[in-house]
Amino acid sequence: MVDLKVKLGRMELKNPVMTASGTFGYGTEYQDFIDLSRIGGIVVKGTTLRDRQGNAYPRMAETPSGMLNAVGLQNKGVEYFIKNIYPEIKDFQTEIFVNVSGSTIEDYITTSEMLNDLDKIPGIELNISCPNVKEGGMAFGTSCLSATQVVKAVRKVYKKELMVKLSPNVTDIAEIAMAVEAEGADSISLINTLLGMAINAEKRIPILSTVTGGLSGPAVKPVALRMVWQVAKAVKVPVVGMGGIMNATDAIEFLLAGATAIQIGTANFIDPTVSIKVLEGIEDYLVRHKLNSVNDIIGALNC
Amino acid sequence: MKKQMLDLIVNENKQLNDQYFLLILGADEKLPEMLPGQFVEVRVDNSAETFLRRPISINYVDYQQNELWLLIQIVGEGTRKLSTCKKGDILNLLLPLGNSFTIPENADAKLLLVGGGVGIAPLLYLGSKLKEKGITCDFLLGGRSMENLLQLDDFAAYGNVYTTTEDATYGEKGFVTNHSILTKNKYDLIYSCGPTPMMKAVAAYAQTTNTVCEVSLENTMACGFGACLCCVTDSTEGHVCVCTEGPVFNILKLKW
Repeated sequence: MVDLKVKLGRMELKNPVMTASGTFGYGTEYQDFIDLSRIGGIVVKGTTLRDRQGNAYPRMAETPSGMLNAVGLQNKGVEYFIKNIYPEIKDFQTEIFVNVSGSTIEDYITTSEMLNDLDKIPGIELNISCPNVKEGGMAFGTSCLSATQVVKAVRKVYKKELMVKLSPNVTDIAEIAMAVEAEGADSISLINTLLGMAINAEKRIPILSTVTGGLSGPAVKPVALRMVWQVAKAVKVPVVGMGGIMNATDAIEFLLAGATAIQIGTANFIDPTVSIKVLEGIEDYLVRHKLNSVNDIIGALNC
Repeated sequence: MKKQMLDLIVNENKQLNDQYFLLILGADEKLPEMLPGQFVEVRVDNSAETFLRRPISINYVDYQQNELWLLIQIVGEGTRKLSTCKKGDILNLLLPLGNSFTIPENADAKLLLVGGGVGIAPLLYLGSKLKEKGITCDFLLGGRSMENLLQLDDFAAYGNVYTTTEDATYGEKGFVTNHSILTKNKYDLIYSCGPTPMMKAVAAYAQTTNTVCEVSLENTMACGFGACLCCVTDSTEGHVCVCTEGPVFNILKLKW
């Protein structure tokens, strides 16, 4: 038996395979397909202080080896989450993180404070990187100053695992990572989607109602790997890598680049059982390489 | 209803004409129960261009033969690739997805099923299910031209078939909403699936005649089971996913 446990900041995951926010609903959407208790953690849908309807349809465009989305953080707000969704998911035998987003620093503070009291939510993923909302979101994550301010403010009120999700739409991601680490982030996840665009040439119109949207899928994987590698070298806190992971080999590449855990996103749409396949593939790899623990490959890139 | 991911075998790929084909898929194990109006998500291949699954209506389920029928129009690269499937090929599907058309309790209900183009696909299975309940319905099927009218013999097994074509090559000339049956008959419930302008015209007819009306939407989607939130439509409850709250909606919920 290989040891798959990893230490993520102030907590331990039974294995490094997590699912990414906005691609896994609240976990319930996947219960028919997989046993949720097998995966290391779930990051549930982006949650904001108030109800958000999200952007107008169309919100999705298929692109080569990927897709653009412009959902725009549609969710029913944190109160609804606490009252109606939390009771349904709190007994899942996996670690549940809530992805928190906001338009103002005050929104982030209030939402995080409300989630701090939920026993079965051991951590939040602070989303300072959503490219699909007009104000807030990515705007917080693209400058060191604003990233610092929001992490500092949330750190004061949120006592559990604080994971901060970074935007790739920056010049120097390592600089932002170091800034949020300095303000008390327990772990750093990356990458959120890359800002992109798709056009319908026949009709001469953009495909997305918002014109631009977030690119995900294997198309972004080389960029994500590079950024995870850069950030893992720059910070001491654990890094959670994501971006176009479709299979166990992809996941292992992220671990080798320095990620302590990984998140699977877009691949869940294509194969709702992919997280289990990735988990089993990592195990096989460790056995094949005669390694006892997944920790033996984290950051083990020869370079 | 438990959703499943299954590998199905292509038993037959019938090219109906240069735009449409019918995939008849078989399974090693007994196919799960599927409801009329539900859909499947088909994985095309692993290539870069057709990265996502394609949502396809359930055209018919033959439980005796243990076969699932998918009636598909070639509209893009994904459906074009599916059109080249050969007997014996394996296709990976998620199913059954979405909600279903309402089957009335009352066997005397007067029902009209209005379909346009490839939108007729779910109406065949609906008609067969209604027939099982002892309800004979009216089908009103429209197309641009004769080659857009499909499976007419199959439909005839479950009810009266009325047709329109825009170019008068078959049935009455015009749109489905111009058909004389609509002025002659009064219905309790109208079901519709097809291009949005057609469904909106059918909904307008239903509103003026005070008839209950259900329509089936086909917004683009990434997952098909409520995770991506990409396929939303406006409704009385705000943005809702077509894949889980639909694809079948009462027109009152859509504010049409």
